[in-house]
Amino acid sequence: MKYTKYITSAAGLLGLGAILVACAPAPTMKTGYDFAIPETQAMQDDDFSNPAFVWVDIGEEQWSTVDGEAGKSCESCHGDASSMKGISTSYPKYNAEDGKLRTLQHQINFERTERMKAKAWKWEGDEMLGMASFVKNQSKGMPLNVSIEGEAAPFYEAGKAFYLQRRGGLDMSCKNCHMDYPGVKIRANVLTNGLPNGFPTYRLKWQKVGSLHRRFRGCNKNVRATPYKQGSDEYSNLELYLTHRANGVAVETPAVRN
Amino acid sequence: MAKKPRVKVPKKAKSGDIIQIKTLMSHKMETGNRKDKKTGKLIPRKIINKFVCSFKGKEVMSAILHPAVAANPYLAFYAKATESGTFDFEWTEDGGKSIKASGDITVS
Amino acid sequence: MSKDTFNTVAIGRREVLKSVGLGALALAGTSLGSSNAQATPEEAAKYLSDMTGGAAAKEGKITVKLPEIAENGSTVPITIAVDSPMTDNDYVKSVHIVAEGNPSPEVVSFNLSPAMGKAEVSTRMRLGKTQNVRAVAIMSDGSVYSGLKQVKVTIGGCGG
Repeated sequence: MKYTKYITSAAGLLGLGAILVACAPAPTMKTGYDFAIPETQAMQDDDFSNPAFVWVDIGEEQWSTVDGEAGKSCESCHGDASSMKGISTSYPKYNAEDGKLRTLQHQINFERTERMKAKAWKWEGDEMLGMASFVKNQSKGMPLNVSIEGEAAPFYEAGKAFYLQRRGGLDMSCKNCHMDYPGVKIRANVLTNGLPNGFPTYRLKWQKVGSLHRRFRGCNKNVRATPYKQGSDEYSNLELYLTHRANGVAVETPAVRN
Repeated sequence: MAKKPRVKVPKKAKSGDIIQIKTLMSHKMETGNRKDKKTGKLIPRKIINKFVCSFKGKEVMSAILHPAVAANPYLAFYAKATESGTFDFEWTEDGGKSIKASGDITVS
Repeated sequence: MSKDTFNTVAIGRREVLKSVGLGALALAGTSLGSSNAQATPEEAAKYLSDMTGGAAAKEGKITVKLPEIAENGSTVPITIAVDSPMTDNDYVKSVHIVAEGNPSPEVVSFNLSPAMGKAEVSTRMRLGKTQNVRAVAIMSDGSVYSGLKQVKVTIGGCGG
């Protein structure tokens, strides 16, 4: 009896230890912000003059706009946008109803078509980019926290395989640049860790806000590989892999990147 | 989808304070030098060519913008807080269309 | 890629030409566009001379704040500050910014007034290539001050 008590306490301590380890912040990697010049960082830091907020404003307006046959707005069900705090950090996530992996943008369109009975938004349209930026911005500063356990595992594995797969005329994988050589220059660009924590992001090159999947297309095209479609299974799986790689890193949406 | 300009005017200031005003207008600032990828034709120029900031009807600062101003034109400048009132902002696009915004300030 | 060595050489050359072309296209693809014409410092000087009425520019009083290397030529933040009391009798009337190497030199012209209290303006500009950016301030007494800074604008390695 006496020994059981000691064993139980020891097991309790071990359990507590395990919980503490699981809660410990993951060692954070440098993000695109850390690799940017001070002027670009200043643009991102100032919520007012960050041009991406033009899109956040669109999202905010859409949040309380009634749309669709059900006569609802996001606000009708979700209330104030602050209810979205901490929500986007777990996306992409597995959805048991249809057995698919959903990114936040998939979920937004699901809400629109199934709940609001409204038309789906185009992946790269101002409304979708605005809403995704607005919702993710509610979680700004919070650590990314996606699960790759259970049903999510096969999607994660597929995303990981994509990341490691060499492709295209230049025969390169994502890993070649973003895992092997972050911090190194290619021509005049500095390679980053290729993290998704700032997306949707205002890219100076695009002179507008764009989605992570749009960036994937650009990356694939740059190694002369055929790009996939925004919202495709391939890119959604890749997004899960990348987000998991960035678990513990703080959300920066909407960021300003080159 | 119409995008609204963003204006930042401090809500309060003391008389004599020099306050910073920031404005951000959402606009492509199409230069007229770019070619349409499909047709090969030049995309016509369409930019915000003028910005005026006034206070109680009197011009504080104005700017003539050319195509070399970056998309989503950002303008920041200073103004002396003298009395409570409204700062008025007006952007004019090629072709004459004008977009307006304003910001109130209480000066004690 | 063809396994035939003869064809591979031809393809290799094509690939090289494509990548060189891509580099040139990357520049043309910037918002400043496919125009081959570029301003010269002389053209910029003539434009400024039109603005100042030919008055000789002095050094000093004007600070041009620009990054040494632009993150991306499409959006380069610039701040011009002019040392002036901004009183009714002594103020900065206007500030003109030119980019000596852009297709056209003029960027933006600001009209200032004593109501500003401080002669400092900020905006973001497009630069098509590495070049000098010149800012000129015209004072209420007609004197002209000029400042200059070089900004390096590069073509990136991935996604421009």
